[in-house]
Amino acid sequence: MIEADQVVKHFGDVHALNGITLSVDEGEIFGLLGPNGAGKTTLVRILATLLKPTSGRCTLGGIDPHRDPMAVRALIGLAGQNAAVDDLLTGRENLEIVGRLYQLDRAEARRRADDILERLSLTDAADRQVRTYSGGMRRRIDLGASLVGRPRILILDEPTTGLDPRTRNELWQLIRDLVSDGATVLLTTQYLEEADELADRLAVIDLGHIIAEGTPDELKERLGGDRLMASPTEPDDMARVVSILEQVGATAPYVDDRRQQASIPVTNRIEALLAAGQLFENEQIALRDLAVTRPSLDDVFLSITGKRAETDEPEPAAAGRKGRRR
Amino acid sequence: MKAGTTPTTATAGVTGSQLGAPVRAGATGPRNRSTFGRFVSDTLTMTRRNVLYLVRRPQVIVFALISPIMFVSLFNFVFGGSLDVPGLSYANYLIPGIMVQTVMFGGSNTAVGLAEDMTRGVIDRFRSLPMSRLAVLSGRTMADAMRGIITNSVIIVMGFVIGFRFNNGFGWAVASFLLVLLFGYSITWFYAWMGLSLGNVEAVQAASFLPAFPLTFAASTFAPVENMPGWLQVFSAHQPVTQVVDATRAMMQGGEIAGPLVRSLLWCAGIMLVFGFLSVRQYRKG
Ligand SMILES: Nc1ncnc2c1ncn2[C@@H]1O[C@H](COP(=O)(O)OP(=O)(O)O)[C@@H](O)[C@H]1O
Ligand SMILES: [Mg+2]
Repeated sequence: MIEADQVVKHFGDVHALNGITLSVDEGEIFGLLGPNGAGKTTLVRILATLLKPTSGRCTLGGIDPHRDPMAVRALIGLAGQNAAVDDLLTGRENLEIVGRLYQLDRAEARRRADDILERLSLTDAADRQVRTYSGGMRRRIDLGASLVGRPRILILDEPTTGLDPRTRNELWQLIRDLVSDGATVLLTTQYLEEADELADRLAVIDLGHIIAEGTPDELKERLGGDRLMASPTEPDDMARVVSILEQVGATAPYVDDRRQQASIPVTNRIEALLAAGQLFENEQIALRDLAVTRPSLDDVFLSITGKRAETDEPEPAAAGRKGRRR
Repeated sequence: MKAGTTPTTATAGVTGSQLGAPVRAGATGPRNRSTFGRFVSDTLTMTRRNVLYLVRRPQVIVFALISPIMFVSLFNFVFGGSLDVPGLSYANYLIPGIMVQTVMFGGSNTAVGLAEDMTRGVIDRFRSLPMSRLAVLSGRTMADAMRGIITNSVIIVMGFVIGFRFNNGFGWAVASFLLVLLFGYSITWFYAWMGLSLGNVEAVQAASFLPAFPLTFAASTFAPVENMPGWLQVFSAHQPVTQVVDATRAMMQGGEIAGPLVRSLLWCAGIMLVFGFLSVRQYRKG
């Protein structure tokens, strides 16, 4: 449904995209995961007919956005990175105006606006000016505006950046519901958790390159699958914990001193967990935690790029940095 | 026989036009309008959007009114007694000038409004819709021209208070009002181009008054051009504001209409064509 082939975009000296190739199937939620400045918005703008690539080709539903932009525009709904809604208009007016610009007649534009307001649980706020809306409501009405044309392809650029966790969860649920209608979704995010929650498949993008691609599980698999993790109550017990993990796993355990935990890849998660539990019991080592974990996408990102995914959230002040947010 | 001729079908005229290709009739079935039909309908929609903005920000209109009221009072009472205008009371001389000056300065709202839309990302939404691209601009200029109707009506009322009267019949009075609006509409295209080119709200705010000052003051707006030094007269006598003010004044008070009116209409057409073209080009560039 969406194809990109060696898409390159340079802004003068800034090489925002260095040959992006990807393919999104019909009905799929495709995540584009990458830190700030990775090139996500640039790619979105190229696909949405807003920007010409320096070189390379892309098509949406088989149509090249730069050969026939009007046909692509009739196919897509875009919710850009900044909620692009009119503050002084009400939620309903915003949606109706978009509907009219899709050449719907007055009655149909009104019907669709009502319908979307209902689905977004914004009916009560429909006749209030958008400037009175909370951040989450603004995102929802912006998402709503991208749905007015009943798009077959939905492009969402960082739909939840800057929202609190609860609102983010609500929006995720909403996006999942929308997709059950059969639309194809391209979603960008800098949140690993978000890609994990929503995407059927994802590509990790950094500095204008796609550095990994696959299902969330496949990407985690690349890190060696399940890991058995244990952390002793007493830091002094760490050496004994490590020696026990060595007995149940195949390789050398990895010790994270900062978080006071040791972990080791395992092939059979249940067997390893039971065996280790037995050994800890026999050795009388008090544990704070014992678990089998799959690596998070955070670990994936770290292992591919050698750095943590940056987010927009402010870093804690260096002096007061004890346990960093995970 | 027929194979050799070029058929002039509707589609031949439409493809390659600046307004883009018609919407494909999709499964969702938006009405399949002609390019021109869509341009008209989208312009009306965008005008409505911008008028709603005006209505919900009445401060903008209030400030747009304060300055002409101030200018009417200041010029009439400060200079009115000492400025020598041939054959007219100063109030009758001044009001057409103030009206043209007001649409000239009012155009800066177009520039600021478009620059605001650009920075807030709303333009990206419009660009991603299967709508007429020109309509984003024509809807903006149309709404701003509507604001001109309000401000100019208030100026005329203000004029009546200080002794202004129409002395050339109802028909010419209406025509003079329309000419001011037409000029105001043309000039918004210059400001649209400025707003799109600068893109940044602060820069636009600072820059938008610059062209309005020399054009409205070095003109027959407040005083006859003949009293200016010769080098300045060369500019003043030929620039558009003088033509429009002279035509408006003659239509309101009597005098030679044809010459300045034809020159005014040519200026309006020229400004609209040149800056309409430049604005659309700038808008497409992004
Ligand atoms: N219009 C532009 N002019 C110059 N540089 C740009 C422009 N747009 C984006 N960039 C640069 O391109 C890179 C990618 O930006 P962007 O696509 O916005 O990243 P993301 O959306 O992943 O945060 C950044 O280095 C950014 O500064
Ligand atoms: Mg971005």
